[in-house]
Amino acid sequence: MTSTLYYIICAVLSVTVLLGISMMSKVKTAVWGNIISAISVFTGIVVTLLYNQIISVGSIYVYMLIGIIIGSTFAVRVKMIQMPQLVALLNGVGGLASALVGILTLLGVGQLVSDFPVFSDVTAVLAIVVGIVTLVGSLVAAGKLHRLLSQRPVIWKNHSVVLNLSLVLLAVSVIYAAFVGNIFGASTDVAIILLISIVVSALFGFAFSIRVGGADMPITISLLNSLSGVAGAIAGMAIGDILLVSVGGIVGASGLFLTQIMCRSMNRNLMDILTGKTTIKKSSSPVEEIKEKVSEKQPENRGNLSDGEILKAAKSVIIVPGYGMALAQAQHWVRQLADKLAANGADVRYAIHPVAGRMPGHMNVLLAEADVPYEQLYEMDAINGDFKNTDAVIVIGANDVLNPAARDAVGTPIYGMPVLNVDEAKEIFICNFDLNPGYAGVENPLYTKKSGVHLMLGDAKDSLSKMIDWLNDCD
Amino acid sequence: MNPIFLILIFAVATTVGYFIIKNVPSLLHTPLMSGMNALSGITILGAIAAVGLSVTAARQQDVLPGQILGGLAVVAATVNVVGGFGVTHRMLKMFDKKKKEDKQP
Repeated sequence: MTSTLYYIICAVLSVTVLLGISMMSKVKTAVWGNIISAISVFTGIVVTLLYNQIISVGSIYVYMLIGIIIGSTFAVRVKMIQMPQLVALLNGVGGLASALVGILTLLGVGQLVSDFPVFSDVTAVLAIVVGIVTLVGSLVAAGKLHRLLSQRPVIWKNHSVVLNLSLVLLAVSVIYAAFVGNIFGASTDVAIILLISIVVSALFGFAFSIRVGGADMPITISLLNSLSGVAGAIAGMAIGDILLVSVGGIVGASGLFLTQIMCRSMNRNLMDILTGKTTIKKSSSPVEEIKEKVSEKQPENRGNLSDGEILKAAKSVIIVPGYGMALAQAQHWVRQLADKLAANGADVRYAIHPVAGRMPGHMNVLLAEADVPYEQLYEMDAINGDFKNTDAVIVIGANDVLNPAARDAVGTPIYGMPVLNVDEAKEIFICNFDLNPGYAGVENPLYTKKSGVHLMLGDAKDSLSKMIDWLNDCD
Repeated sequence: MNPIFLILIFAVATTVGYFIIKNVPSLLHTPLMSGMNALSGITILGAIAAVGLSVTAARQQDVLPGQILGGLAVVAATVNVVGGFGVTHRMLKMFDKKKKEDKQP
């Protein structure tokens, strides 16, 4: 295979990958989009084997077989609730692979001689750094999500010093890579650079992700996803493979885009999260005022209807799921309740806040698992205006994303964060585990609202089955 | 490959990718993310090339590190690719499945 042909094929494959991604924007075509991307990668593998004339090297197939067995076991076994930690873990192994390619390049093992050795060495070290940061950061994130590690942010005394110092050391090792062999002789240089870059970037990855708390995970995972792509792209630069560079770049952009969305919907600044500003200020006064405002908002205009009767009379219902639903594994009960309500003549919709859950789109996947038709799932902006015309809202394990304090309580961590206008609905059923403030630590004035709020505390499954019973009783 | 050329490709891919991804609705953000995740395993190409070339380059001292480090890289990247595309497919099937079921009753 000539290199011209190889480059043409790489360009074509980059375009098919983009085509596959653009097909991911619609549910109907998304399955095929994913398959097209997968075929593109497979073709890339075959082309690489042919181009480098290594198709006869048997060990490659053994390694791939091992990877296929492990990967497909993950893919088949994982539960939808575990999706965030699986994505984190897979990001990590992707980062590891890129870092290893970087190491091999720096060692000069299995590489065609580069015409641009300095560029190749520098990008190799960069690939190691980004790859190892991704690996360690992802492992910590996965550990937190899987509850192997505490979800609370861990902050060391000299956290910023550690981070800044490791950044400086990493920068030094990258720059040093440009002078490999020129100062002390190649072999010692490479060993020193490898040692510094691997150890320090592992430290950096650990320090930055251990400081991130549970609810900031959607942002962290998106960011690590971006980094794993960037690591691949940089590794591609090191070995001069354009397919790696282009696909890695696309992945990097996608992760960055998702990170942006998450930050915007959480009203968080990316730098704040990276520098660990999860400061939870206890400012009770502004929330107190809003409490009064919220409870005044609605006059008592209902008779002495029981909760069950209210629910039965509701003609329009919006269900608001949160991470609590995921924790309680209550999505199937939610579906049952929705079916009952629909059988009762109610129009049932779901309002999904962009950061509900632990990764972007997490709630949608869980509800899809419970066979909720995706047409009933509404994004925040699409449904927020409808809450005021809704008879009943059922909140399941969500708190911060519907806290009205976000609109007015200046000085609280969630101030300015876009929230669901749940408080505008006539009747609100809240199936939360307890009344403790959500992750942001801001009290929810809805809990003390005098009328129209029905608190159902405890396990969401129990609360939901109670509601289903109400509807059955009324029949 | 000229470095300037590579950096240019990176810039173009990032920009084009960004605008295409903007069209994906938040409904599909989890599958998008796991799909992207699978794609980041594209490093497998580099890993395979390294393992293969370490054997064919006929430099004896390269074979062992090539097989160990490169082999580990191939395994890791394959897990990434297969696992990523696998779960993405599973999730997307879940979304699509209901479409057909809904039409039946």
